[in-house]
Amino acid sequence: MAYFSSSDLFEPLERLRREMDALFTDWAGPLGIRTPALGAYPPVNVGTTPKQVDVYVFAAGMDPKSLDVSLEQNLLTVAGERAAEPPQEVHVYRRERFGGRFRRVITLPEDIDPDKVHAAYKDGVLRITVERKEELQPRRIEVK
Amino acid sequence: MNGEKAIEQTSSGQHRRPAGSEVVMRPAVDIYEDATGITMKADLPGVSRERLDIRIDGDSLTLEGEVAIEMPEGMQAAYADVSTTRYRRSFTLSKELDTDHIDAELKNGELTLRLPKRPEAQPRKIEVRTD
Repeated sequence: MAYFSSSDLFEPLERLRREMDALFTDWAGPLGIRTPALGAYPPVNVGTTPKQVDVYVFAAGMDPKSLDVSLEQNLLTVAGERAAEPPQEVHVYRRERFGGRFRRVITLPEDIDPDKVHAAYKDGVLRITVERKEELQPRRIEVK
Repeated sequence: MNGEKAIEQTSSGQHRRPAGSEVVMRPAVDIYEDATGITMKADLPGVSRERLDIRIDGDSLTLEGEVAIEMPEGMQAAYADVSTTRYRRSFTLSKELDTDHIDAELKNGELTLRLPKRPEAQPRKIEVRTD
């Protein structure tokens, strides 16, 4: 295990690609049928290795028991509800944080093994790890 | 003091380039005031207590946090809504807030800051006498 640094999963090039996508996908296709508009809550990162797929859901201030995670074939759904109401009798200056129900559907690669999933919530990030089927992992083919 | 500008936001824009050219995220905040102080809630998912820095410098309050997430060796990004690992946002405080008694709590990536007002700045009811 290692930690993210700005050079890997948060690749600036990846961000540039997304911004370009956002600029062009309105008139150029095709767009993933379940891809939400930029700014959808909660933000999600997906990383892959030949052995597994990791989905990181950035949802602060949740009770882990209230998070609803389900996998149907290669469609991963994360849903929940966040109460972010300020108390009564206060003067509100700023309300930027997300409140209410949310749902995100993430299309995972086809070769994942739906029986090998685990999820953990730490520091406001839900990490879902799905293993990939062994027979589909890249093998080195020996040339005789 | 009506507190209308008790806290002023000094940064703007989703991604801001401070000194240097580092790209930072601006955490979403809720700010509200009651009779005894101001409460600020900030979403900092991925930031642990050790990687959160709250600084008061004169009348300036700065939140800064670093996202640290475990990942397997050799991971490649397939999709990323979050494209940088640092949160930063600054606010200008006003004089009636007691910066020596700020209380901060971080739980599940959600920061709650309580900025109490100085006792002399808390609202007093003024009796109206009648003869």
